[in-house]
Amino acid sequence: MIETRSQSSTEVELLSFRLAEQEYSVDIMSVREIRGWTRATPLPHSPPFMRGVINLRGTVLPVIDLASRLGMPPVEGDARNVIIVVHAGGQSVGLLVDAVSDILALPRTALQPPPELAADLAHSFVQALTIVDGRMIRVLDLSAVLPTYQTEAA
Amino acid sequence: MAHDPMAEIRASFFVECEELLESLQDALSVMADHLEGDGTQDTETINVVFRAVHSIKGGAGAFGLTALVSFAHRFETVMDELRCGRLVVDHEAMKLFFQAVDMLADHVRLARDDASGSPPGSETLLIALEALMGERAPEAEEEEVEFAPLGLSFDLGLPDLSDLADAEGRGWTVRLRPQDALYASGNEPFHLLRALADLGTASITCDLSALPDLDALMPETSCLSWTVELTGEIEEGDIRAVFDFVEDVAEITITETQEPAAELELAAPEPEAEPETAPSPAAPPPSLSTAPDPVPVAPAPVVPALQILPVASPPAERPADPAPDRLAALAAPVVAAAAAAPAEATAATVRVDLDRIDRLVNLVGELVINQAMLAQSVTEAGLPANSAVMNGLEAFMMLTRDIQDSVMMIRAQPVKPLFQRMARIVREASAAVGKEVRLRSEGEGTEVDKTVIERLADPLTHMIRNAVDHGLETPDRRREAGKPAEGVVTLSAQHRSGRVVIEVADDGAGIDRPRVREIAIRKGLIPPDAVLSDAEIDNLLFLPGFSTATQVSALSGRGVGMDVVKQAIGALGGRIAITSERGRGTRFSISLPLTLAVLDGMVVRVAGETLVIPLSSIVETATLAAEDIRSLGPETSVIHIRGGFVPLFDLGTELAYRGPKSSYEGGIVLLTAQEDGSRAALVVDEILEQRQVVIKGLQHSYGNIAGVAAATILGDGQIALILDPGDLVENATGRTRTADPLLALAG
Amino acid sequence: MSLTILAVDDSRTIRDMLKLALTDAGFTLHLAEDGVHGLEVLEGIAPDAIISDINMPRLDGFGFIEAVRGQDRHRGTPILVLTTESAPELKARARAAGATGWIVKPFDPPKLVKALQMVTG
Repeated sequence: MIETRSQSSTEVELLSFRLAEQEYSVDIMSVREIRGWTRATPLPHSPPFMRGVINLRGTVLPVIDLASRLGMPPVEGDARNVIIVVHAGGQSVGLLVDAVSDILALPRTALQPPPELAADLAHSFVQALTIVDGRMIRVLDLSAVLPTYQTEAA
Repeated sequence: MAHDPMAEIRASFFVECEELLESLQDALSVMADHLEGDGTQDTETINVVFRAVHSIKGGAGAFGLTALVSFAHRFETVMDELRCGRLVVDHEAMKLFFQAVDMLADHVRLARDDASGSPPGSETLLIALEALMGERAPEAEEEEVEFAPLGLSFDLGLPDLSDLADAEGRGWTVRLRPQDALYASGNEPFHLLRALADLGTASITCDLSALPDLDALMPETSCLSWTVELTGEIEEGDIRAVFDFVEDVAEITITETQEPAAELELAAPEPEAEPETAPSPAAPPPSLSTAPDPVPVAPAPVVPALQILPVASPPAERPADPAPDRLAALAAPVVAAAAAAPAEATAATVRVDLDRIDRLVNLVGELVINQAMLAQSVTEAGLPANSAVMNGLEAFMMLTRDIQDSVMMIRAQPVKPLFQRMARIVREASAAVGKEVRLRSEGEGTEVDKTVIERLADPLTHMIRNAVDHGLETPDRRREAGKPAEGVVTLSAQHRSGRVVIEVADDGAGIDRPRVREIAIRKGLIPPDAVLSDAEIDNLLFLPGFSTATQVSALSGRGVGMDVVKQAIGALGGRIAITSERGRGTRFSISLPLTLAVLDGMVVRVAGETLVIPLSSIVETATLAAEDIRSLGPETSVIHIRGGFVPLFDLGTELAYRGPKSSYEGGIVLLTAQEDGSRAALVVDEILEQRQVVIKGLQHSYGNIAGVAAATILGDGQIALILDPGDLVENATGRTRTADPLLALAG
Repeated sequence: MSLTILAVDDSRTIRDMLKLALTDAGFTLHLAEDGVHGLEVLEGIAPDAIISDINMPRLDGFGFIEAVRGQDRHRGTPILVLTTESAPELKARARAAGATGWIVKPFDPPKLVKALQMVTG
């Protein structure tokens, strides 16, 4: 479960962004900040979607290449890209995306569950769909996007 | 977040409980020592024990922690017997006392975690404790009795007057005749009368008949009495409540008057006197008696009369109490003694939220990083070395270093609570395996960073359990060997050259080296013909999966592996070493950094990435000449250095930054050493500098990365990974060549 | 017009709770940790009433009260004993030492306030 709280129970605010010619979004309540692209220090032996870590005002922040995570070709990673810092499941993570689009305020009823027959990997990360101005926007399930590993006590 | 003072006090209470439990342990240890010594116990120590349990009970009651209160109360009762000298302190009793403290600690922790109920064995322990008191059965619970005024039976055979009460309320006649002691106890009739007056409508008359002449007047002796006529919606209990504190030092009669309100008969129609009524209340006081109107003016005319008395400073010496002078004399030396013993007073301390300290530590860490960034920028700006800016920067750096050192030590705490926990482990462990073991601790006041202490608890527990279970012999075997039946485990801590050294030693049988060697061979850890020094055999214990326990003991199963302990110590940036002497005992020596927050490291570059290697693991650096490099196989190489061969690891390959190099000639290696003495040579592209870095943890959201311990932020703002060479080498592939035979030939 | 109280108790928790209860009620509170400390603090103030625990290190409640009563200016100062024990012999002993009254722990803040108001008038 995403530990997000909406402003009201009837409305939800989404931050939408572009990724590989498609539009995705996350609940604004989980967004901490938006940063321009900086080069990430790679982590050895990490999954391919893990870009590495960046310095976020003195904190070490892991950055995920969201396109790669969703099974699409990786984001190129240059000054045009954006890192969305989100907080979910007790961790902070940066999502590397193409560009941020908009902030949308929608009634909850405008969100529909994704159809079952979608076969691509991306589907398992999408928790809802919505249509705004004729464009389909996928709402991401952050808890599925963020990797969770059990760590052992020292 | 709402500021809830009660929640804060509750949290503070549990902190206080830990302190009290600690002082309880200390006091019991002292008592145990005395028992070993001349057997006489010291009253103050016993009082400390009693007060600690008493205080925990008191605070727990305030928060309604019933299980804890109940246990503490029964424990306290036994301790009360102890301090009254009615209990004999023998070995059996001491054992029970220690167990009781452990059980009390468990109760406290349950309460703190909001769990209900009692820890197992609580009732059994209490029964055993109470049995120490002999025939005396524990008193029935008095605790819930508040000191409520006891309603005295007031049955005069009169009809129930309450029926007669009209809408204006009931009428009461109250007589108050204080004894001397009422004044001596700081009570004021005036206050009592006023409190009565507050209940309703009152008129007060004062009986001065017993008043002597002014010059024979003794202050604080009682010669006045009062009668109060009271009307209103008043219950007898309300009146009684006013006299809560003075029932035993005054004669009080409360009678309900037949006629409510207006009529105030002071004379005959008085019902019979109350048993506590003394001589002459029946006759109304002479000249002052009037039939005053039911206006609550009463206190006013009486006040001047009252004010003649006790407030005036006594001209004559007070009769009944020669004691005060003695008491004053008593108080004086006590106060003087307190002044003369300032050493006893604790140093001024401030209690600070741990969150605030952590924040401060983080901020200081960032200060260091920013200062490094500034230094970098200044250097890049090409200012001359002696310029004001450079000098200022130099001073700035030293200041930052000082601040950092000071802040890091704020989180430092004495290891004493940790050692006391270990004492409990020893008690439980020795009981479980039927051995007599005592824990001796030294250097309890040694201060260590809080996080280090927390992460030491598990490894220390393992080691202590192992010492009790495997290190120490059974009492019989010990006696055969001419040792005292009771084994001793010594736990010590001290600062040594910038690190903390913690040692766990036992006076047991020492390591059975032939057996260790045999087991290692059997497990395939060493070849059968291996020749090993004593120290090398000892270190076999740290290998994973090694265990010498042939019997499963009640305590540690098959024996907790020392490899787990070693890993935990390593994770703290520490090292562990073992020494042992057959028949005499074994000692583990742990060396830890003072703080987990900073690290002295060597900054290197590999395949374009910047890395930090902890300086403590680097033995030397070298540049490779072709003849130093030997190959062990198509893919692995060693270097020949200092007369020995050391395996070569290409960091670029190990960290998957790039493939193996075609040739390592001319390359730079860092020679590193691990805890077990094994060494490795790590190939890097370039050495940049040596500096102190602030350690930033890596989040666990992407698993543990082999060889990477943490990260740091460099002066340029970039993140550099901090390597753990030992971990890296253990998980390394050792690939320094590609499998391509052509390249191998070209090598 | 706030009343000044001196409270002496070796338990930090109880001191915190007294502080909370009494300052809420508008009293000015001075605190001490044991009898000796209580006497020291007493030197510098003129409390309208004193609250004291019984079981304390260095100088217990009985000793403290006797010492206070031994001071001329405090012969009439109301002293309330704050204790978990309500045994009659304890009360008698407290009374003999010069206690004005007593409150049983855990105390009910309104009752404590009322008692204080009563003895201070």
